[in-house]
This record gives sequence, structure tokens and C-alpha cells, in this order.
Amino acid sequence: METYAPLMKIDKLDKYFGGLHAVSEVSFDVHPGTIKAVIGPNGAGKTTMFNMIAGFFPPTSGSVRFNDVMLTGMKPFNVAGQGLLRTFQNLKVCDNLSVLDNILLGHHTRSRSGFGAGMLSTRKSRIEERRAVEQVMPLLEWLSIVEMKDTLVGNLSFGEQRSVELARALAADPAMLLLDEPAAGLNMHETEELAGRISELKAQGRTILIVEHDMSLVMDISDEIVVLNFGKKIAEGSPAEIQNNEEVIRIYLGGSDA
Amino acid sequence: MLKNRMKQYTPVAILAAAILLIQLITLISGTGYLLTQLTMSAWYVLAAVGLCMVMGYAGQISMGQAGFFAIGGYTTAVLSTIDFTDRLSGGLPRLLDSMHMLITRETIYGDTMTYLTPWASLIAAILIAAAAALIVGIPVLKLKGHYLAMATMGFGIIINRVVLGTKAFGEADGITNVPPFKVLPFFEVSGDFNIRIGNYYFAWLIVIIAMVLLINLINSRSGRALKALHGSEEAADAMGVNTARTKVIIFMIGAVFAAAAGFFMTHYNGGIGPSESSVVKSVRYVSIVAVGGMANIWGTLMMGMVLNFLSLRGVFGHFDDAVFGIILVLIMMFMPDGFIRKAVFYDIRNFVNRKIIKRGDK
Ligand SMILES: Nc1ncnc2c1ncn2[C@@H]1O[C@H](COP(=O)(O)OP(=O)(O)OP(=O)(O)O)[C@@H](O)[C@H]1O
Ligand SMILES: [Mg+2]
Repeated sequence: METYAPLMKIDKLDKYFGGLHAVSEVSFDVHPGTIKAVIGPNGAGKTTMFNMIAGFFPPTSGSVRFNDVMLTGMKPFNVAGQGLLRTFQNLKVCDNLSVLDNILLGHHTRSRSGFGAGMLSTRKSRIEERRAVEQVMPLLEWLSIVEMKDTLVGNLSFGEQRSVELARALAADPAMLLLDEPAAGLNMHETEELAGRISELKAQGRTILIVEHDMSLVMDISDEIVVLNFGKKIAEGSPAEIQNNEEVIRIYLGGSDA
Repeated sequence: MLKNRMKQYTPVAILAAAILLIQLITLISGTGYLLTQLTMSAWYVLAAVGLCMVMGYAGQISMGQAGFFAIGGYTTAVLSTIDFTDRLSGGLPRLLDSMHMLITRETIYGDTMTYLTPWASLIAAILIAAAAALIVGIPVLKLKGHYLAMATMGFGIIINRVVLGTKAFGEADGITNVPPFKVLPFFEVSGDFNIRIGNYYFAWLIVIIAMVLLINLINSRSGRALKALHGSEEAADAMGVNTARTKVIIFMIGAVFAAAAGFFMTHYNGGIGPSESSVVKSVRYVSIVAVGGMANIWGTLMMGMVLNFLSLRGVFGHFDDAVFGIILVLIMMFMPDGFIRKAVFYDIRNFVNRKIIKRGDK
């Protein structure tokens, strides 16, 4: 793992919301082809970290480098353009679009045609669109949502909507995925399926940064874990190391579902 | 794929057939005079479908559509009524003439008049409307909901006040004696009784072309980005859509549609007045889009055609503006997603299933 240069370098990332110190000088690296989990109690600052990485709001200080590009200061759409795609803790799907269109939205950064080409329905834009559909269809098959492709997303079950969000992020063929509690709201069966899929993604060589509360899932899939508490990083290491870390056991794992 | 494309354009074919049928009916029933209001409805529909893209599809409410309509109408009203006859030796007229941009014609009073070709003012109208939409859109489209509604309404009010307070725009009287727009050697856009049928077909042909462009857009990558930004702006942003830019572009497209509509209407009517830029006119466009089903260009077209036709025929009498206001209030209260939309059929079916079929089971 350490033989590779890190894909993402997070350096002293810090965030204040008024007087609340939500994230406090957190640093860690993510190496290509690995799965890194960020865990911590509710309100620990995990989603805030994600929002800063993805450009949803700027950090108070600190920086994020991705592929040697400075992400800090970029808007979310630019971050996506760098190949860093996210899902949301509180599902954000487009209810007014079909399943297929939601997933094609994830393909946005891989096509070029603009408004003019769209209005004139140029040959190039049609070829591009057909290619986009061809490229995302395997994802729908993989997630077993092909039959629903023309259904409005709002009519799907919660678990299926989570699948759509995952497919949407994957449609971009991302260099790295940010998954914010992908198992939240899923039943046991769905969670197992998700674990299998994440392992498959890892086998394909994808790099993933994941926030998750389901401890067995986290211990199962992660190469490395970062533990946050009250915005501070209190531990970092392999699942085994984290499971045996006394501070972690005391303030986090001890009291909860581990 | 080809089959999909054919299916996509089926409504266009139906519209073309309906336009033909309506004309035949007026011919047979001897009510050709109705074509005047139907032609004017077409121009209003053009502005309404433009707004439909902004409001229905992209989810950005604009209460200033009449302002852009007025920009198009007044641009050509001013530019094509400047008489260069006595100033032909000047530098600018000579330059324009060398570019074949001047037209000479006899006025109704028997004088000759030399004026700028409306082709030039059409381009000017489109460019000015696009520029205004860009300048207004960049700051204003950062707002959401009623703040955006108020800001765009403010833009509309400014245009209305400028028109009313500027001599060059004819103040409360507007601008009259706008010459016809000669599109082809044998056809012009004007209110001339003899070419009423031609104008009817021309207006709806332009609407059909507009509809084809919009259908294409809706089914394209950019159209999907537009709709996504309505569904979840954060999701669109996170997937790489430059939402700020997308909003400004669709706002500009909507403005250009309105300006083109204002341009043609002004040549058709031979003039334009300040009421075209009023807030009540903007409300009208909004209520047509709402009753048309919001994200539904065909519903907007249908309702725009019917309601404008009835309004222009004077069916609503003194309540003309009130009718559109009431429609808007009712839609907002009872069907905030718009009236004519697919889900309405599901609602009705569910209602029938529950109330009627269930009762039958007992
Ligand atoms: N936009 C915001 N404005 C103000 N405070 C915020 C904002 N976002 C988060 N916070 C606060 O920052 C702290 C960290 O929140 P965050 O959502 O990052 O926690 P989390 O670790 O993701 O928790 P959870 O496990 O519940 O998702 C919380 O106290 C939260 O209330
Ligand atoms: Mg969170």
C-alpha cells in the first residue's frame, strides 16, 4: 500500500460553523486502489469532511490534494470534473427524472455536447448520447435495476434509490468514490448485497472513501480506518488496530453496536 | 433509436395537422377573421414555451418574461421606424446602404420612407435580449424561490417604467407605424388582410420549429442537466453540472424566444404599446406555464393557444387580467406541480379505483 503515492492528501482540514469546531485539523491520505473508512459518533464531523472535500463548502483552513490537483477552493462541479464523485447521506436523487436519466446524469462529465448541439440534435450529440446509454446499462444490470430504468426514481423503494445513487456516481467512471453512509436505511439483506458490491468495486481497483456506521460492514471492507470524535482524528489504522485501540473502544465502540 | 426519434416528434406532426385543420374549419365556416387572433396567440405561445423551459424544466421562476418580449418588440419598433430619406448622404446611412440594409417604401401618406431592414433589427432584438438576460441572470439566478420571483419581477417593472418614461419609446402611446417585415419576396409579416392566412401559417411554422428545437434540447445531455437541477440542484452540482451557467443559458434561451415573439408581434400589429411589458403580462405567461403542467411544453402550447385566443377575442371581458391571476392562484393552491401533467391521469385513475371500483367490490 505504502509503495504507491497517495491519490488524496488531506492536510490539516479544519472547519468552524460559527463557534462550533466541527472538524479540527484532520489529516490523512488515501492510497489508490484502497478502501478507507471514516467512522465516529453522530456529529463527529464526518459529513462535514466530505462536504469540504467535494467542494460544497470551503474549509476554514487546510487543504485537499487529489492527483496533485488542489481541490480546495473548487466548486462541486469542478471536483466532479476531477473524477471525484460522491453520494449523499440523505439521498439526493432527482425525483422528476427516470432511473436511467438519473444515472445518465452521473455520466455528465464524460460527454461534451452543449445546449446548441442539443437543440439541433447534431449527429455528434446523438452518437455521444447513445454511447452514454451503452456505458451505463451494465451498471443497471449490476445493480439489478434494469427493469425499472424508465420508472421515475420517486416510485422506487429506499434501497433501490440508494442503488441509483451508487450507479449515478459510478456512471462517471470515477477515479475515487466518496460514499456517505451508503448502508443507512438499508435492511440486513440489502446491506450484505452492498458489502458484496463494494468488495467487487475494490477488486476492480477502485479507490473509495466511505463513511459508515455499520461496524461489521466497515471492518469487513476497509483497508484502513480513520476515527473522528468531536471533529478530531483520534486514531488511524487497519481494522484490527482500530478494534484493539483502547481510546476507540472507550469512546466509540464500547458504547455502540460493535 | 430511429423509432424513438420518430415517437419524439409525433406531437409535432399532430400540431401541424391541427394547424391545418383549424384553418380549413375557418375557411369552410367563413370565420377567417379568427386567424388574426390565432396568429397573435402563436406569438404569445412562443414566449410562453420559452418561459416553460426556464420555469417548468429548470425550475427557475421568472416573472419578467414580458420584459424580454418588450425588448424584442421595442427594439424593432425603434430601429425600423427611423427614416433615413433626408439623411442618405450621411456616413451611417451610406454604410448601411452599401451593405444592402436599407429598404425604401411608400407610406400610407404617399411619402417615401427609407428604413433599416427588419432582418437587422431581428438580430439586434435577439442580441439585446440575450445580453440583458445574461446581465440580469448572472446575479439574479443565484436567488431561489420567491426571492428569484421578486427579482425577475423587478426587472420586468424596470423595463415597463423605462418604456413608459422614454420619449423614444413613445411613452404611454407606444410606437405605431412599424413597417411590415418582408421575409420573402412574396411574403411579409404584417396585419395586411390579404395575407392573413399566410401570416397564420408562418407564425405557427415558427412555433413548430421552436418546438422541435425544445424537444431536442429536452432529450439531450444539457436538457437532462436542466431537469436535474430542478430535481436536486446539489445532486446536479455533485455530478459535474455547472448549475450557475446552466441556469443563465436557459434564462437567455427563454429571453430570446420572448424577444423573437415580441419582434414578430410588433411587425404583425404594426406597433407595440407599454402594456406588453407590464407585470400582468408576465403573470399571464407564468399562469399559462402553470396551467400547462409546468414541465410540459405541449401543455403550455395548448393552454397558451386557447387562453390567449379567448382573451384576444374578448371572451373574458373586464376580467381579462383577473382570469389569468385566478388561474395562477388556483393552480398554486391545489396543484403546485401544474395542471396538465401525466400524473393527473394517475390521480384520476387512483381516484376512480378507490371511490368507484372499491364500492363495487362490496
Ligand atoms: N451547514 C452546517 N452549519 C452549521 N453546523 C453544521 C453544518 N453541518 C454540520 N454542522 C454541525 O457540525 C457537526 C458535525 O456534523 P456532521 O454532519 O459532519 O456529522 P457527522 O459525523 O456526519 O454525523 P452523522 O453520523 O450524524 O451523520 C454537527 O454538530 C453539526 O450539527
Ligand atoms: Mg453525516
